[in-house]
Amino acid sequence: MPPSDTKRSLFIVPKGLLTRWALLTQEYFVLLWRTMAASVTRPLYVRDATVQMDVIGVGSIGIVVLTGLFTGMVLALQSAVEMKQFGATIYIGRLVGASTVRELGPVLTALMVAGRAGSGMAAELGAMRVTQQIDALETMGVDPIRKLVAPRYVACLLMLPILTIIMDVVAVFGGLLIATLKLGLTVDLYIRSVWVTLAETGFIFRYVPIDLFGGMLKPLVFGGVIAITSCFYGLRATGGTEGVGRATTRAVVASSILILATDYFVTQLLITFLVES
Amino acid sequence: MSEGVNGSGGVAAELRDVVLAFDDHTVLDDVSLKLFEGETLSVLGGSGAGKSTILRLVLGLLAPTAGEILVNGRDIGRASNAEVLAMRKEMGMVFQGAALFDSLSVDENVAFALREDGGFSEAEIEVRVREALEFVDLDAERVGPLLPAELSGGMQKRVGVARAIVDRPAMLLYDEPTSGLDPITTRTINELIRKLQTGLGVSSIVVTHDIKSAFRISHRVALLSAGKIVFIGTPEEMTASEHEYVGEFLR
Repeated sequence: MPPSDTKRSLFIVPKGLLTRWALLTQEYFVLLWRTMAASVTRPLYVRDATVQMDVIGVGSIGIVVLTGLFTGMVLALQSAVEMKQFGATIYIGRLVGASTVRELGPVLTALMVAGRAGSGMAAELGAMRVTQQIDALETMGVDPIRKLVAPRYVACLLMLPILTIIMDVVAVFGGLLIATLKLGLTVDLYIRSVWVTLAETGFIFRYVPIDLFGGMLKPLVFGGVIAITSCFYGLRATGGTEGVGRATTRAVVASSILILATDYFVTQLLITFLVES
Repeated sequence: MSEGVNGSGGVAAELRDVVLAFDDHTVLDDVSLKLFEGETLSVLGGSGAGKSTILRLVLGLLAPTAGEILVNGRDIGRASNAEVLAMRKEMGMVFQGAALFDSLSVDENVAFALREDGGFSEAEIEVRVREALEFVDLDAERVGPLLPAELSGGMQKRVGVARAIVDRPAMLLYDEPTSGLDPITTRTINELIRKLQTGLGVSSIVVTHDIKSAFRISHRVALLSAGKIVFIGTPEEMTASEHEYVGEFLR
């Protein structure tokens, strides 16, 4: 084989696959754009949005509380082992506070909601797609994006920050339980060390710690990711019940990966624009 | 059955030289069809012959690769989004699996289009919903509050019809109205379709592979094979036709 051919063969990408990915990405952003437009223009489906807020927000409180509690407890427990060696257990509040508010709170909340509510959205919309209910909406002159996607998008955007706050508070409380009951710290010392670490990176709008601001910005982004990704796969479901199952799996996997990936980029942006400036 | 239908009335919908192709295969190949006002036209054909896509094209859910789809004289394939939505209000669609919203009660399903429209009072909606349900021989009091999952297949289909007619459309589109139903329910659905022709004077396109039903309800039938119309005419003409595929299909 002539060398030029070997060289070229290295770069052979299945053309169909690449085009499909490009088209899929384009469709994804078209859906995002149309959903954003439908969320702020009339007719608005306010009732559908409140129902979704109940399903996504109120319905997820249980798992968020449980996840938060055990995460906070295990964080305190793990770090205590290391910190005891240096007699630094008084810093446990710092560790729990910083890692929860900056990272674990937003990311774990988003992952739990993606698994619970995202799968539900994909399954519901997928079932509506394969039983032609989406077609029925369209034939009755109703835009499915307006009626189905926009309320879920708005609900996710509003509920994720609230769920994240709950997760943060519960996780810090979980850490407190271990710090006081198992390691003998006082409540006051623990809480103060949580606050110190939040104040450390500085404030924005005078009173809001940057860490807390960043920690609240992330769930906004993640909420959008969960709603759009789940609805995207739900609306594209084909092939009966099996197709609905496939759509649901894809929605959860894609949401989770996108949450972790966007987390990196949002964190980088926050560091660049807020911490370093 | 064909009195006062062919040629005399206006045209409710028309497909002109319509081609529909995806990547590598052609679904519809140069199809031309006319639906006259007040007429019931059945489109027959084997599975995968492209029958259902005709309905999707007429509704503007799909755009043709080439050709025109005229609904009330206007090309729905080239209309703006808002125009398409307005044109769809003139049409009612009965889906194969009824496609009722399973989170809503029967009442809410039938009322859906009226509520979305926004121009009706709750009292008007209630009257219209009851009328529509009674038209399809359902007891509004009893069936109204039930969820679609609590109904039999035949009843679901009738609710689907009620939902399609509640907005008083000029045209009705049926996708396999009798598939999956037992012979008796099939007969009641066919009678219902005929009642809609005579009672409401709507123009209808029925997509089906049920020859017996098609002959019973249609003024004209069209036979689709491999994306082309191989025959169009009255049921009598079809039985008398010596076209090879027609003979094979009827056999």
